[in-house]
Amino acid sequence: MSALLDARGLRLAFGGVKAADGIDLSVMAGEFLAIIGPNGAGKTTFINMATGYLRPQAGTITYDGAEITGRPPREIVRRGIARSFQLPQLFSEHTVEQNIALAIASRAGIFSPLAPLLRPAWREEGAELLERFGLLPVARQRADALNEGTRKLADIAMAVALKPRLLLMDEPTSGVAASEKMAVVETLVRVLRQAGVTAVFVEHDMDVVERFADRVAVWSQGRIAALGPPAEVLADPAVQRDVIGIARHA
Amino acid sequence: MTLPRMEALLGLLVAALLVLAALSTPWMKFVLTIALAKGIAVLGILLLLRAGQVSFGHALYVAIGAYSVAFLAPSIPDAALLLPAAALVATLAGALIGLFVSRYREIFFGMLNLALSMVFYSMLEKFYHLTKGTDGIRVPPLTAAGMTLDRVTFEWTVFATALVLALAFGAFARAYLLSPMGEALGAIKTRETRLEFMGVSPRRVLLSAYILSAMMAGCAGALVAMTTRHVTPLLSYWTASGELVFIAILGGAGGVLGPFLGAIAYELVRVYAAATVADMWQMILGAVLLLVILFARGGIWGLLSARAGKGAGA
Ligand SMILES: Nc1ncnc2c1ncn2[C@@H]1O[C@H](COP(=O)(O)OP(=O)(O)OP(=O)(O)O)[C@@H](O)[C@H]1O
Ligand SMILES: [Mg+2]
Repeated sequence: MSALLDARGLRLAFGGVKAADGIDLSVMAGEFLAIIGPNGAGKTTFINMATGYLRPQAGTITYDGAEITGRPPREIVRRGIARSFQLPQLFSEHTVEQNIALAIASRAGIFSPLAPLLRPAWREEGAELLERFGLLPVARQRADALNEGTRKLADIAMAVALKPRLLLMDEPTSGVAASEKMAVVETLVRVLRQAGVTAVFVEHDMDVVERFADRVAVWSQGRIAALGPPAEVLADPAVQRDVIGIARHA
Repeated sequence: MTLPRMEALLGLLVAALLVLAALSTPWMKFVLTIALAKGIAVLGILLLLRAGQVSFGHALYVAIGAYSVAFLAPSIPDAALLLPAAALVATLAGALIGLFVSRYREIFFGMLNLALSMVFYSMLEKFYHLTKGTDGIRVPPLTAAGMTLDRVTFEWTVFATALVLALAFGAFARAYLLSPMGEALGAIKTRETRLEFMGVSPRRVLLSAYILSAMMAGCAGALVAMTTRHVTPLLSYWTASGELVFIAILGGAGGVLGPFLGAIAYELVRVYAAATVADMWQMILGAVLLLVILFARGGIWGLLSARAGKGAGA
């Protein structure tokens, strides 16, 4: 397997806080990589750097053989990296359906003169996506009227609608009711595997990590403290003590 | 009934009423032509409002359209050529200025537009040898598509053109707002950064709407010039821009008919108020604005569509 995303020596400090303190990480094509770690460890910061929202002060990020360090989000998305957000970023005055439709149109090119011709196909694609994410019942509701879990799903569906090769998800299951969590993740994983998407996801639920991640990276104070298969990493006493213990009670 | 269908039906109804009203007296035809022109300019402002942006300087493009007619009329004395020429000049100006102002949002966007319109106002005033300053320029009699018309027929031609343009721009704006480009305007208002993460440039989305709005305002200016036959720098003065925003709020930003309902109401109230209580006009204006903001945020269109919605439900 080859690395789809390759981060080397990423550093970024906010004042005295080292949110990234020498991050080296290769994300392999096709894998599901979980990121775990306590609050403030720099997990979101990593995603922010990989998607062009934040520019690292040092280090390089390579995607699919090309350097993308500090490129703007728009360019990075077009190269095939999409993301979802820890706090859902929806268009609050639009319906769920419109949110998804806009994501599909964005991928296909809203400035394209062919847009009107493509709309029926987009509509079909949108309906299918809504169905897969179980969002059909709320399709006509305004995004700001949804509960946290549903907004989270809509947020992820929008990222999936972009048909990325690499999807970075920031806590996809937080806010989703515990009783629905596993079913939701299962569906999501099925959708992504089918499409051959490589996924990186920040996760606080160790059961989800154990079940769905091929590898897990443990973040701690801007560094990667451990990296490997979940069975190994999660069994490590140091990880148990410093990360899982804290994360579970955070 | 869907919103576009309701708008189409009401739009045609209003158009028919306007024709009847214009037939009643010559001054009514004049007032309504101006109202339609302003409605077209306000329609452009409505597109920007969708993105949550208020331009306090769009009279600039009305003035550019009007002065284009005045400047070009001696060499191209035909309305059918002057109108598209004026629209083109305004569109180019909108593209150039839009490249700059589309970087800004909210108060900065509003004030930049205001500042530029005032710069143009001063230029019109100062370059007397070109513009005749505050005296303004008289527009000579024009032909229409090669035909020499008497005064009344020409006025009817301009009125009809304004009406047809209003309907065409209204239909276009509706289609635009329902398209992904239009929906992306609303996305700029609520969560612009997400658009970036979807690979879309919010600036380009806003710029497109801005250029369209400049084109519409340019057409409006050309119609105003052909109706009043006299252009002055006041067309670009900040109060003229304020008037457009006022009409947008009065008419309601919820639908493409709002700008026209607002403009018609505004012009009629203005004419009647000027005739009966001349010195109280500003006060009436202020009171109406206050009432709309306090009790009818959706403006005239909001009141109408709520009523129609209730009727349909019953
Ligand atoms: N834009 C920013 N400006 C200032 N400080 C920031 C910024 N972004 C992150 N930080 C700081 O960097 C550190 C890492 O933040 P980050 O959001 O990456 O953590 P996290 O691992 O995602 O935590 P959580 O589990 O709470 O989401 C924190 O101390 C945070 O306060
Ligand atoms: Mg985070």
